[in-house]
Amino acid sequence: MPSASRLRRKVAIVGAAETELGVLPDRSMIQLHAEAARLALADAGLTEDDVDGIATAGTTPADISEYLHISPRWVDGTAVGGGSFLMHVGHAAAAIEAGYCDTALVTHGESGRSRVGMPPGDAGPSSIQGQFEHPFGGWGPPSMFSIPQVRHMHHFGSTEEQFAAVAVATRRWATLNPRAMMRDPISVEDVLNSRLIAWPLRLFNCCLVTDGGGALVLVSEERAHDFPKPPVWLLGRGEATAHRSITFMDDMTEWTPAKQTGASAFAMAGLDHADIRHLMLYDAFTHVPVYALEALGFVEPGEGAPYFAEMHTAPGGELPVNTNGGGLSYTHTGMYGMFAIMESVTQLRGEAGERQLPNLELSMTHAPAGMFSGTSTLILGNL
Amino acid sequence: MAYDKPLPEPTPETQEFWDGLKRHELRIQRCLDCDRFYFFPRPFCPHAGCRSGNVQWETVSGRAKLHTYVISHRGFGGFADDAPYVIAVVELDEGPRMMTNLVEVEPTPEALPVDMPLEIVYDDVTDEVTLAKFRPARG
Ligand SMILES: [Zn+2]
Repeated sequence: MPSASRLRRKVAIVGAAETELGVLPDRSMIQLHAEAARLALADAGLTEDDVDGIATAGTTPADISEYLHISPRWVDGTAVGGGSFLMHVGHAAAAIEAGYCDTALVTHGESGRSRVGMPPGDAGPSSIQGQFEHPFGGWGPPSMFSIPQVRHMHHFGSTEEQFAAVAVATRRWATLNPRAMMRDPISVEDVLNSRLIAWPLRLFNCCLVTDGGGALVLVSEERAHDFPKPPVWLLGRGEATAHRSITFMDDMTEWTPAKQTGASAFAMAGLDHADIRHLMLYDAFTHVPVYALEALGFVEPGEGAPYFAEMHTAPGGELPVNTNGGGLSYTHTGMYGMFAIMESVTQLRGEAGERQLPNLELSMTHAPAGMFSGTSTLILGNL
Repeated sequence: MAYDKPLPEPTPETQEFWDGLKRHELRIQRCLDCDRFYFFPRPFCPHAGCRSGNVQWETVSGRAKLHTYVISHRGFGGFADDAPYVIAVVELDEGPRMMTNLVEVEPTPEALPVDMPLEIVYDDVTDEVTLAKFRPARG
């Protein structure tokens, strides 16, 4: 069977940009997609006329094609939640290598805060969630993504204080990022004193809710050096889906599919944990990066929460995590995965300003697609 | 007062589960080849290595353990007045897990130790729909 390793360092991100972020009631969801797309293309010195491949989630490739008035010859509408864009990067690499397209555009835009031009949300009453979850009063991710955490606390002895420390460590990075929405330092006590949302979650255990967009442009190795910015290479990727409804997550103490996606990404890249010293771990809530760190194998099962509490991931720590300030303090439009990739690219380009990690060559980005279900991992590099 | 919370809409493969609750029976499916129960309803065994289509509906005990939960301090629509309320995943004594609300118990972490024994309460929320809720086991 062919190995994914043959796609290692064959495709590069050569354009990457975010829109203005925050509260943007003057812009619709699809407008944010298009704005991000045009900024990312400009970053690469290109225009819509150069795009012949499109991938998106939250809307459809057809909607994007119509709005940008393009007719791409490769399309990917994989839409399994916030990590879909990581999957798109992996798919785009295969498509470019296969000759399905030359210049792939991956777009995200979401009016998560202002809800301008957003598609309707929930699955209907005859869906599995509609029948077996919605009657019990779950009201979205804070009340549902959080369901496994109590089992983790019971099984491993992880504590509310340790999960609070995830928000503290992440906020320390945000203080170094002028684009972050929340920049005032916070303490574990501040998190524990913030108002209850869905115990064990309190307000500061939860991500922000914002508007914004981001986009990426990918091309082949042959063209990768023909652009204004240095290429950021795709070295490894993994993806998986499992349950849709959190009730049917097989093991509530671990992020099982992430074990596979992490191993796949490492195997494709020919790298191991010791090679990685920058991690972007999608942090919709404070327990999510804990589960990620454990499933990806950077710490043993159960050691993730203490690891964060010891501030190893904060500025000055041995393993910087979520250096933009994360979904907790930077921005979180709803499908945050694009911004996790974007920070990996920013760090690998050396454009991260005060929070720049010196001599960084590799970065891992990891995101759920849904709630611990769909999962995707990327390893990016600049050499 | 009219019931104003989300209601399930049964599908052909789940109808027996909902009809059972209406009769105050908890009906789930068991695989006749690997002898394991499973939930949610579907016409084949989902267990890895089995995948048999040889399955049947059975009435089970309604006894369970508290697997994990949140205490929601916000509620929307018909749940607005219920907060704080417990959204739990329980593990039936027969093995499968399901989401539910815990009733007849204080919605505090102290009153809700993980793995506490529970028993089913049939909540006839409308003339058509009965929901399976759970409370601390009494005997
Ligand atoms: Zn079976």
